[in-house]
Amino acid sequence: MAEAPAWQDQLYDLLREFKVTQFSYVPDAGHRTLINRSIADPDVHSVSLTTEEEGVALQAGAHLGGARSVLLMQSSGVGNCVNFFSLIKHGRFPFLTLVSMRGDFGEANPWQLAMGQSTQPVLEAAGLIVLRAESEDEVLTTARAACTMAYQSEAAVAVLLTQKLLGAKSFSTE
Amino acid sequence: MSMKPTLSTAPAKTVEEGLLERRAAVAGILGDTKDMLIVTGLAGSKDDALAAAGDVPTLFTLSGAMGAAAAMGLGLALAQPKKRVVVVTGDGELLMNVGTLATIGVLNPPNLSILCVDNQRYGETGWQESHTGRGVDIAKMAEGGGIKQVRTVTKESEIADASQLMRASNGTSFVLLKVAPTDPGKIHRDRDASYNKTRFRVAVLGKN
Repeated sequence: MAEAPAWQDQLYDLLREFKVTQFSYVPDAGHRTLINRSIADPDVHSVSLTTEEEGVALQAGAHLGGARSVLLMQSSGVGNCVNFFSLIKHGRFPFLTLVSMRGDFGEANPWQLAMGQSTQPVLEAAGLIVLRAESEDEVLTTARAACTMAYQSEAAVAVLLTQKLLGAKSFSTE
Repeated sequence: MSMKPTLSTAPAKTVEEGLLERRAAVAGILGDTKDMLIVTGLAGSKDDALAAAGDVPTLFTLSGAMGAAAAMGLGLALAQPKKRVVVVTGDGELLMNVGTLATIGVLNPPNLSILCVDNQRYGETGWQESHTGRGVDIAKMAEGGGIKQVRTVTKESEIADASQLMRASNGTSFVLLKVAPTDPGKIHRDRDASYNKTRFRVAVLGKN
């Protein structure tokens, strides 16, 4: 795999600056730096989920206990979370998820398109604020804004790391 | 022909000989709840926990988001490592997200205990038979999920050991409590999750 861009390490440092101590995820190439840093960091919990919705409930439980948590997932995982977002919205829990997009700009796998194209409307329908990061220039400012809104204003926020930012996974062009 | 569930449309009127009554059994296993942080599932298990602990702020009850209780307990247990966190849930609620047992099993937080009140029914929706009445064993799922300290309680004489395990295990513990499918009735509690969240946090953290 190619060397991860510098912003991914900076994104981890940003989350730690905001005192996030629970990193939950279903493994994804777009989040591998964050995942690997959370595994290597003795001061945080690295929670490997079997399905993304667990990370929504985990975050609500963390808040009950005074800790900050973040859910790292691919856009396909958003569909798995929808009913659990009712806990966040009804309970007015703070919530932050970073979503690496598939089925987005330049997608070559048609199976990804349905969920990828419905990711943002589904998140918004479930009551989350959605911020998009389209380029390396804006990813850290967008993530900082999202952390501030989630952890200080106690809002529910999703940051979409788009395929313009991450690049589309390449398949044979045939 | 495929196996169909046994048709069931109502709770049992009385506790059949040899089975445990849920309210008494849950209260017996939880024991003194004053130092516990409790997260419950919906419906029956919520009412059992309320009956045992009272309407205390350190009890968070779900009335939706079915399947969330165990993962919520995990987040709380990781956040509050010095407190005993107990999840009180039901067979239907746990089966909805049974993978969480694996998520918990690999982490093995020492302060987390799960009590699954298994009446083999979906009581809230018309007493339909659940998978556990048809041979599915959630205790084996917990073991398979990597949880090392697992008990199944089917009779009075097993309650004390399970209670001790839930209070003092050094590693996540799981108790499957098999109970009679009776309906001991609802217990009122405010369903406002934001209010319950806030009073939970004030009780645990001293502030919201």
